[in-house]
Amino acid sequence: MALLSAKGIKKDFGDTKVLKGIDLSLDKGEVLSIIGSSGSGKTTLLRCLNFLETADEGIISINDDVIFDGSDPVFRTEKSILKGRLHFGMVFQQYNLFPQYSVKRNLTLAAELNHLRNNKNADKKKLREELDDKASSLLSRIGLADKQDNFPCELSGGQQQRVAIARALMLTPDILCFDEPTSALDPELTKEVLKVIKDLKDEDTTMIVVTHEMNFARNVSDNVIFMYNGKIEEQGSPEAIFDDPKSPVLKSFIADDK
Amino acid sequence: MLPFPNKMQDFINVTIKLAEGFGTTLALFFLTLVFALPLALLFAVLSRSRFKPVSLIMRAFIYIIRGTPLLLQLMIIVYLPGIVFGAPITKWTVFHGNVPLSYFCGALFAFVINYACYFAEIFRGGIENIPKGQYEACAVLGMTKSETFFRVILLQVIRNILAPMGNEIVTLVKDTALARTVAVTEMFFAASELLRVNFIIWPLFYTGVFYLLFSALVTAFFNVCEKKLGRYYK
Ligand SMILES: Nc1ncnc2c1ncn2[C@@H]1O[C@H](COP(=O)(O)OP(=O)(O)O)[C@@H](O)[C@H]1O
Ligand SMILES: [Mg+2]
Repeated sequence: MALLSAKGIKKDFGDTKVLKGIDLSLDKGEVLSIIGSSGSGKTTLLRCLNFLETADEGIISINDDVIFDGSDPVFRTEKSILKGRLHFGMVFQQYNLFPQYSVKRNLTLAAELNHLRNNKNADKKKLREELDDKASSLLSRIGLADKQDNFPCELSGGQQQRVAIARALMLTPDILCFDEPTSALDPELTKEVLKVIKDLKDEDTTMIVVTHEMNFARNVSDNVIFMYNGKIEEQGSPEAIFDDPKSPVLKSFIADDK
Repeated sequence: MLPFPNKMQDFINVTIKLAEGFGTTLALFFLTLVFALPLALLFAVLSRSRFKPVSLIMRAFIYIIRGTPLLLQLMIIVYLPGIVFGAPITKWTVFHGNVPLSYFCGALFAFVINYACYFAEIFRGGIENIPKGQYEACAVLGMTKSETFFRVILLQVIRNILAPMGNEIVTLVKDTALARTVAVTEMFFAASELLRVNFIIWPLFYTGVFYLLFSALVTAFFNVCEKKLGRYYK
């Protein structure tokens, strides 16, 4: 049984068909990379998975539990969306940390709000302590234990992105999604972020990574999807995709990268 | 009237006269803020409404108010009702000294509308300047719309609008002097009365000290706020 299965995901923006029917499935602990040229729909696909966009058609299920069905309006209600998206963590290209909060508070804020929303009588002080501990241990794991009281603007881009990863992990999502997490970073900082993602893989974190880093996709992923023009043009193991591409567009995409 | 036996006494008497006027200036200033700030929030929300007729009308209104002199708006609000209904506004109103209180209310109304429009544009800019990514980060972390606004967005909006609000509010300090043109006895009015009745001109310039001190206070207040919020940003 796949952890995540998406079937027939379609999305239009006005007259533009951006996703033309995407099928994918992901096992627990698997790392899936999505590559493809700009405009091919990679970001839109991730956004449909975590409900930043609502797909027009298609079915998304987690452990065979349907969390979205385009043909049923129930799945478009705010309640359903709030619940469904918590299966996914999201790391953006631009980090999107909250500038007015310390690194630690960036991690704990949503966790605290989510908990209090569901448990009206929770002991706030105890909850805070628990979340602070969890945040500290996550920050140590990504090598930022000494930065927990700093503000985002006091960190380098690479450090901010690592904080963003920790913030997503705070909610223990089933699947962590990355949308070009290193494309705003220079090569040195890119390395430190990619290392964190690699470490997460070693801890069996399930991840979907949209990336332009072909070496990273080749070395870290279990499977690679190549998107072209709103469709999955080719998919397979990293070896099959990079060493033995079948489709002409994938061939030229890989040739361009070299 | 004022006998002014000696220079020192002159100075004290004039200061008292002006201070009385300054009371009205302050009242106009603070009442304008009290009413204009919430109204501006409403205007800003309406001008961002997804229902086109509402946002278009709101934006047109703001455009007109910002594109015409406050002085003209004051005249219209204070004198037009009297002209239209064929009776002077004073007919119905309570007097404060020999000036009808309705003039003060009319002037206040004009100030509130005028400043609400300026503030609304500042609010709108402040809200629209928040990167979309902030909302999206909140969304993917499972936060509700109101949590997103109150826990994440609001403080950033405040920080965004602090500088332009400071400028606009200092302008309001000085704009209160316009109220004298519709017979509101604020400080500048008091100074011109001293000129008209007692033939002394220097109080007119002396008002500058009051305005300057007041603006300095407002500016200092905003500087402190900006310092407090500024540490979170480069
Ligand atoms: N909100 C939107 N409104 C209209 N068009 C959009 C929107 N978001 C994306 N698109 C279009 O969808 C296409 C795919 O975009 P995107 O998913 O961002 O591709 P990628 O991430 O692969 O570069 C592009 O042509 C883009 O212009
Ligand atoms: Mg993209």
